[in-house]
Amino acid sequence: MVYLDFPLGHTAGRAHDVQSQRAVVVAALRLLEESRQPGSTTKLRQRWSEDDAWKDGVMRPKLNVDRGGGFDDDRVERFATPQYQESEDAALVTGNCPTCVWLEE
Amino acid sequence: MRQPPVDYIERTREQYASLGYPPYQWVRNQEPSTLVIPTKPMHEWRVGLIASGGIYVAGQIAFHFRDDISYREIAFETPTDRIRTTHFAYDLTDSRRDPNVVFPLDTLRGLVRDGTVGELPTHAYTFMGGIYSARKVRDVLAPALVTRLLQDEVDVALMVPV
Repeated sequence: MVYLDFPLGHTAGRAHDVQSQRAVVVAALRLLEESRQPGSTTKLRQRWSEDDAWKDGVMRPKLNVDRGGGFDDDRVERFATPQYQESEDAALVTGNCPTCVWLEE
Repeated sequence: MRQPPVDYIERTREQYASLGYPPYQWVRNQEPSTLVIPTKPMHEWRVGLIASGGIYVAGQIAFHFRDDISYREIAFETPTDRIRTTHFAYDLTDSRRDPNVVFPLDTLRGLVRDGTVGELPTHAYTFMGGIYSARKVRDVLAPALVTRLLQDEVDVALMVPV
């Protein structure tokens, strides 16, 4: 396992930074090559920013004063319908999507 | 100031408690996974890719957010500007500017081009993370993906979680 101490959504490196992305993937490949213990972990040195203030707000529920001190649920609703990045994407789907694989639960 | 890594387990616990939910049941795997040492040198590897960041290609049906255990086949030759990301649990700003942050397609193609690894199979596989049912992942989704990787005869596979 390769651990990169970046905000969620950057598992494979920094956006538009080929060097950063390559370093992550190469570290994972090297680990596969060199591991002699199951569950071996490599911690990468890349830092997201000079200070780690971005970590302060991660998954910290915000107190809602107007609601008498309850907490706001800022999580995204779990919609049960396809969630397209672009609204046009829905119209691009042809047939029943042969490259989408539905599994029997 | 330097801080330790974000303790997501602890913060999830606190978040659930503050919202009045019972504690989230984290999966604990008692057994370590089996270690398989590749027999070929890296420059001969066929490298598979699985990613859980809700990645699909324009033209495919997007994932939904409620225990979606389907997966998508994505051809390794897909142009990067056709790659889309959808997810409820991470900031999609960067993955939509550059999908390589959660789906290292160009990264792997570059490593094949410069000879670091041997080749890529025809397809990568993607699914939606944040599936509440660990049983469905363990008993249905994971075995289906393993079957695909074995059929693709990969030497190693990268799993990119979010």
